[in-house]
Amino acid sequence: MLSRMAENMYWFARYLERAENTARLVTVSTNLILDLPRVVTPDWEPLIDITSGRDAFVERYGEMSEHRVVQFLLADRENPSSLISCLTKARENLRTTRDIVPAEAWGQINRLHLIAQEQMGDALSRRGRHEFLQTIIGQCQMIVGLLDGVMSRDEAFEFMRLGRNLERADMTTRILDVRSGDLLAEMPADLKAYGRVQWMSVLKSLTAYQMYRRLVRSRVSGVDVVRFLLQEERFPRALQACLKTLEVCLSGLPRNETPLRAVAQLRRMVQRADIPALAHEAGTLHVYMDELQLKLAGCHDAIAATYFGAELAPNAGMAAGVTTPVPSSSQAQTQRAG
Amino acid sequence: MAQDWTHYLQQGFYDELVGPDGPRPAARPLMERLVGLGADALRERQRAAELEIKTLGITFTVYSDGNAIDRAWPMDIIPRVIPAAEWRRTEAGLKQRVHALNLFINDIYGPQRIIRDKRFPAELIASSKNFRAQCRDFTPPLGVWAHICGSDMVRDGDGTLYVLEDNLRVPSGVSYMMMNRQVMKHVFPELFENQVILPVDDYPSQLFDMLAAMSPRPADYPCVVVLTPGIYNSAYFEHAYLAQQMGVELVVGPDLFVSDDDCVYMRTIQGPERVDVVYRRIDDDFLDPEAFRPDSALGVPGLLRAWRKGNVALVNAPGAGVADDKVVYTYVPDFIKYYLGEDPILPNVPTWRCEDPQSLKHVLAHLKDLVVKPANESGGYGMLVGPKSSREECERFATLIQRDPRNYIAQPTLALSTVPTLTDHVPEPRHVDLRPFILSGSDIQVTTGGLTRVAMVKGSLVVNSSQGGGSKDTWVVETNESDSPS
Repeated sequence: MLSRMAENMYWFARYLERAENTARLVTVSTNLILDLPRVVTPDWEPLIDITSGRDAFVERYGEMSEHRVVQFLLADRENPSSLISCLTKARENLRTTRDIVPAEAWGQINRLHLIAQEQMGDALSRRGRHEFLQTIIGQCQMIVGLLDGVMSRDEAFEFMRLGRNLERADMTTRILDVRSGDLLAEMPADLKAYGRVQWMSVLKSLTAYQMYRRLVRSRVSGVDVVRFLLQEERFPRALQACLKTLEVCLSGLPRNETPLRAVAQLRRMVQRADIPALAHEAGTLHVYMDELQLKLAGCHDAIAATYFGAELAPNAGMAAGVTTPVPSSSQAQTQRAG
Repeated sequence: MAQDWTHYLQQGFYDELVGPDGPRPAARPLMERLVGLGADALRERQRAAELEIKTLGITFTVYSDGNAIDRAWPMDIIPRVIPAAEWRRTEAGLKQRVHALNLFINDIYGPQRIIRDKRFPAELIASSKNFRAQCRDFTPPLGVWAHICGSDMVRDGDGTLYVLEDNLRVPSGVSYMMMNRQVMKHVFPELFENQVILPVDDYPSQLFDMLAAMSPRPADYPCVVVLTPGIYNSAYFEHAYLAQQMGVELVVGPDLFVSDDDCVYMRTIQGPERVDVVYRRIDDDFLDPEAFRPDSALGVPGLLRAWRKGNVALVNAPGAGVADDKVVYTYVPDFIKYYLGEDPILPNVPTWRCEDPQSLKHVLAHLKDLVVKPANESGGYGMLVGPKSSREECERFATLIQRDPRNYIAQPTLALSTVPTLTDHVPEPRHVDLRPFILSGSDIQVTTGGLTRVAMVKGSLVVNSSQGGGSKDTWVVETNESDSPS
């Protein structure tokens, strides 16, 4: 398989997953705000932090407001992580791999892209937002399901799974970092009651609430939520489950030594995590999450260096071309800042 | 209600399906069916064809269309019919022609015998845009330079079939020929059941066999790739289609590199893999920044070096375009006599070379009646169709020609033949040409028929796909009667 094809499949899956996660993040925040008492000012800042967009946001929008944050996260084409940017890039990555994925998938991503473009206006008001985002999430899942149902388990499929699971792992650590960081900070006594609501929203951001209740069978508590989202191998969005899938995918690929080692190291680190300590204090959790994200970026680097041919590039110093036919290549894709 | 064809007039042009006394023998079953179907039924089938083309994602990008890179391929459902007997003669003529062209190219980059024998002017090579000095003193495998040739043919009012030009660089269209057939089989299955229409779908395997035969490592299973400029190229669909049909990788420049051993490799997830044959769909200029345009990001640095070392086959070979020049074209009948000692089976369109002072005078005096073409353009860019042009355009061209006479040729405006074509109302005659594809390896093979391009606008003579022309399926049909028009 061509390195470029592998890279395109990988990024296609990452962007599709990122689009879905962004849509879910905005949905959950919108719902949470409706639950909180008036005295708590709805806080949209964490969303910007989760997507590492603070600098870009402040520079272009200034003060945070619901409307501006939603605009930035969903509709802003200059924000490389916005929903519309992710869908556009997912589509462009799939365009050059059209001959190795089933034709229906190309049709579906076109439709999804079109819906996002045409109905984006709905998402900016609270009233139309829910339905719009539900449609986007549903369409993303439909594509993943379609590919899962009809694609051979070949290398192209494995690179897609690698991309999806690495992106998922990344998002889980981001949400844990930012959302729980806030929760663990000092909270006025009269608002303690709302703490649980917010922990629940952390779970819901990852569609983890129902599965948490089934597997944990206790009231929602900080320690249990952190443990669940880091270590529960049975829940596909938990970090450990994503890493396990990475390991399985890599085992089927050639020359997998370096990336496998990176993943295995990370898995051990998660297994040994001191959960009570992490759930107790925001600072500890934050440092730990930072470390996890660096390690995840390391896994990406190992995959890119091994399979995407970066180490072979003799063209590095070549003058800029008359025309650049292929939009991809690792530099153009956005691995988010940690 | 049956379609009324009594008003289908040929308007003084030669029509491929309808003769002066009704349908031509080879087209008779088709015409009977068309007449039997109502106008509504025909349009219904046209819609079905268009829907299928969209669903299959058959596209051809027109650069002036802005960012519409997914423009659907235009196809008219009334096919063009060629009697098999006539086709056999055309096929023989094309083989003869391409054979001579390859001998010429090989001679030009080699001993230049034809120049020494004063049968071809050396100045033409010196001033040729597509001559590549980097290719001198080299002979590619089997002496073949133009492995894939797309020759454009037109029929004049008197029925003579001419060769209008030979595309020896990166001719496109063959995939559309195959897709048109696939669509037509779904739209008119009954017509294929009742007569012998020769199949066209063998092309990808013939192409693969020819490419594989060029491999510098003939013992192994050769690694063949199709090199495309990328998704924004007008013929990207074709590049992807051919790669898929042959089961080979479709690559872009950055997928390949030339290593210290002067061999070409592609970057795969297994590591570098040696490439034996590159079917390149990138123009010479952009092929190798080391040898040609240094600012090209589409090509592969060192590719020419690897080719000259004999470590990789390039198809078509760089420099093959030297014979693509429209002035060189005027010498092709001479090449056939000189290299093969035969008389040309297929005639050239009578052509004035503007570099010749006598001809130049004639051309300038008769611009209004002539078609003027630049020597080295393709796709119908930069040409003047005298009868269809304003006086200002003619004057502008007169200046252009005088400034650079070597770069222009002129031909009479041919009364291109027509084929009935569906319009909003009734089928009307529209002008067509024909592009057969000729493969040269250890032997020479010609596609059955080729791609028929049609000028969709009434009276227009411009059929080029890049100028918004349409297409038709082309049927070579076995008949008992002889129906050779010449």
